[in-house]
Amino acid sequence: MKKKLSFLERAAAVPHMVWAVMFIVAPLLFVAYFAFTDTNGSFTFSNVELLSSYSHIFLVSICFSLVATFFCLLIGYPLAFFMSRAKPSTQKLLTVLLMLPMWISLLIRTYSLMTLLDNGGLVNSLLTALGLDPIAMVGTGGAVILGMIYDFLPYMVLPIYTSMQKLDNRYLEAAADLGCTPLQTMLRVVLPLTVPGIISGITMVFVPSISTFYISQKLGGGNFDLIGDTIERQFKYPSTYHVGAAISLVMMILILISVAVMNRFSDEKGEMIV
Amino acid sequence: MKRFVTMLLVLSLLALFLPLLASCNEGGDAVTLYVYNWGEYISDGSEGSLDVNAAFEEYCKEKGLNVKVNYSTFSSNEDMYAKMSSGASSYDIVVPSEYMIARMIDEGMLRKLNKDNIPNLQYIDTEMLFGGEAPFYDPENAYSVPYTYGTVGIIYNTTMVDEADLGSWDIMWNEKYEGNILQFNNSRDAFATALFKLGYDVNTQSEAEWREALALLTQQKPIVQGYVMDEIYNKMENGSAAIAPYYAGDFFTMYADNEDLAFFYPKEGTNVFVDAMCIPANAQNPEIAEMYIDFMLSEEAAIANAEYICYASPNKLVTQNADYRAAMEEIHPDAMEILYGTDALELQFYVNLPNEQLMLLNELWEDLKIESSVSTSIVVMASLIVCGGVGAGVFFYVRNRRRRRFVDGLWSE
Amino acid sequence: MKTLSRVYMWVVFALLYAPILVLVIFSFNRGGSLSSYTGFSFRWYGELFRDSVALQSLKNSLVLAISSSALATLIGTFAALGLDRMRNRYLKGAVNSVTNIPMMNPDIVTGVSMMLLFVAVGGILGLSDVLGRWTMLIAHTTFSLPYVILSVLPKFRQFDASLREAAMDLGCTPARAFFKVELPHLLPGVISGFIMGFTLSLDDFVISHFVSSPDFQTLPLYIYNQTAHNVKYSMYALCTLIIVTILALLLLVNFAGGIGDRTKRRKEATK
Repeated sequence: MKKKLSFLERAAAVPHMVWAVMFIVAPLLFVAYFAFTDTNGSFTFSNVELLSSYSHIFLVSICFSLVATFFCLLIGYPLAFFMSRAKPSTQKLLTVLLMLPMWISLLIRTYSLMTLLDNGGLVNSLLTALGLDPIAMVGTGGAVILGMIYDFLPYMVLPIYTSMQKLDNRYLEAAADLGCTPLQTMLRVVLPLTVPGIISGITMVFVPSISTFYISQKLGGGNFDLIGDTIERQFKYPSTYHVGAAISLVMMILILISVAVMNRFSDEKGEMIV
Repeated sequence: MKRFVTMLLVLSLLALFLPLLASCNEGGDAVTLYVYNWGEYISDGSEGSLDVNAAFEEYCKEKGLNVKVNYSTFSSNEDMYAKMSSGASSYDIVVPSEYMIARMIDEGMLRKLNKDNIPNLQYIDTEMLFGGEAPFYDPENAYSVPYTYGTVGIIYNTTMVDEADLGSWDIMWNEKYEGNILQFNNSRDAFATALFKLGYDVNTQSEAEWREALALLTQQKPIVQGYVMDEIYNKMENGSAAIAPYYAGDFFTMYADNEDLAFFYPKEGTNVFVDAMCIPANAQNPEIAEMYIDFMLSEEAAIANAEYICYASPNKLVTQNADYRAAMEEIHPDAMEILYGTDALELQFYVNLPNEQLMLLNELWEDLKIESSVSTSIVVMASLIVCGGVGAGVFFYVRNRRRRRFVDGLWSE
Repeated sequence: MKTLSRVYMWVVFALLYAPILVLVIFSFNRGGSLSSYTGFSFRWYGELFRDSVALQSLKNSLVLAISSSALATLIGTFAALGLDRMRNRYLKGAVNSVTNIPMMNPDIVTGVSMMLLFVAVGGILGLSDVLGRWTMLIAHTTFSLPYVILSVLPKFRQFDASLREAAMDLGCTPARAFFKVELPHLLPGVISGFIMGFTLSLDDFVISHFVSSPDFQTLPLYIYNQTAHNVKYSMYALCTLIIVTILALLLLVNFAGGIGDRTKRRKEATK
């Protein structure tokens, strides 16, 4: 039986739809417009053609954020699992602790990490004090990846933790009763059931790390330009807005495609399991 | 029901009126003077210094004017220009550097000053700055009043650098200091270091010379620790790097935290900049803005600023003040010499480059910056992850499809 | 297993908090340095409270975070209601995907695209100063919206529709049924959406960098602009204060929540 919807129910989404068209769709159309025009406003492909010289940057950025995302998953997954198995009061506290760093400006967090890792920073002073050779970290690719992991780890843990929370403890008990070793339980029960969390964790880490410009600037010592840095530089001078828009457009399309592909995988599995 | 309606109402009221509220209690019937200056570029009352903006409000009150200063900051000339040209609020005072002033005058973004309202203008030492002529960026000398000026030199750590290597820009290309050299992270300044080393004009019109400078910077890239700006403070202070080109005034800030640091001017010459106060064309309160400029030139405010910022002051009231000299010499014994003893140096200003030149500079800078050598281990790791991810995806997809077919088969039976 | 999990969590959280701990410790440093500790002092805290521009930008940040997340919560909750009831599958899919764009899109693209829009609209309307607090409000609301919807929508799905029907059978109007029966159930989702939006708005630098005007600077922008010269050490003091306040608030909420639960349970027990 289908009931007639009330006015409230029919109209509820309208403000949001209007908002979305005005402030989500329209701005993107502007990016597309800028990407295909030159400074005089006439149609051109030259901005997009120019992108071939940036292909290297795209590759580098993708590599960096892939590695960072992978390590976030590696570190974050067990963390989320342990968190979800803790006492409820501890769980609350841990979630708070996990979110707390996000309340401090990313600029300050990253800067603080930079001073820690710098040649004359605390870590290296400690190494020297222990009689070891100091390691030059800032300015290397590893430091940039470390910075991404550090700044975006909570984005990986939180969604996985949420999906772990929904996981019924009885599944684990059942698996154990049916003779699964803890490792088997993990691989065959927990992992498949938390795929949606993993997917959203991956997207939430991958997207900001591919487009960051502050982290690579501070921890990479300006040696590694990522897409974010490049776009930011283009928007410093009005004459290069159009190239910047073209780079943004391509990056956006790449990301939306990969997100769509990943979501497809997760849906597929979600249906299968339930 | 009522509770929720109230809650919703409160939410929407919050959303709509808070921003208004924030703007309202700034003023009352006061006139708001919008000042847009560099970050950390005014004596703001910290460490017992004079709060110049508050002092100005006080000064206005004595004159029977109720003025409130809305002070905000930018981090680069380009950011400031972008905000001014892309529709930020109208401002009463901005403080760009010389080349940006020239550009803004060209584009009609600035307003001529009424010098009758700025009697303290007489204390500006034009002799020292421009040999008594009108500044090159403001040929009519009508739009700008110098705020500070300064020079670029090389800061080095005495415990890490040999005496013998000092004196020239060559030190930034010296492979002995591989991994300990910092370079500017902005195109104009970075290219200037190379152009000076080559002995060229920093405003050269020749594409070949710009390209030569790029070659030099590319050659330098492997031995550079990083392209940085404000990180220089931290890196020099804690000994993370040995050599960095930066502004003389900032050297004193670093020296205060690390006495191993020292400073020299390269013999090939160096860059000098002027930051000057201007009034934008669409200013709402030009007269109060002129009063503000005049106030900034008055002895107390000018000295407070000069001591806070540590850059050279173009104001005779400051340079001839014994207390100021003593204060600066307490910071560093050669402070006055470093800041003001620049007559013998080969100094060059940046001029506003014509558009083609700017585009070329941007393009060359892009070439330098995007050429990054990422260690193969990261690339290998990334490709392994991709392979693993795709492999796992395909594996699960195939398995799930097989299972589904199996389940479907069961159903159809 | 137990010890392993405990050790693991300690290690990860220790690493996560190491830079923050450094920041907190050095905010009490007498000297102005992040590498050498010269003695305990409240110097930077004193500086902070004398820095009127910093306090103003903190206020701006808070005002913006509260108002944008409130607006996003308002629009988002109703949007979730509408989406939940929507029968046209294609429209629903379209709205869903458009909603998710700001979440999937890199911040920098969102910021740039909004700036281009605002400047163009300002140009058409002949406004020379279109950027400002209102554009900031719009931008922050826009990127908080998907998070609100995302945290409210599942609550709708979990809601047992028969409860609503029961309410209406008992004489409630649909609107009244929604407010009286459904909304209380949604409240945790609404609140967590609000908090998420608040957090994101407070932390956002990239989008604000593009759509702000200098007369409405938020804290991250103020800090970024200090990089023209040197970041003030009083900023570390400010961050320390923020951490301590939030930690205290959250513990208080947890604590109070605990008490609430207990009294509720006690009440139920006495019934």
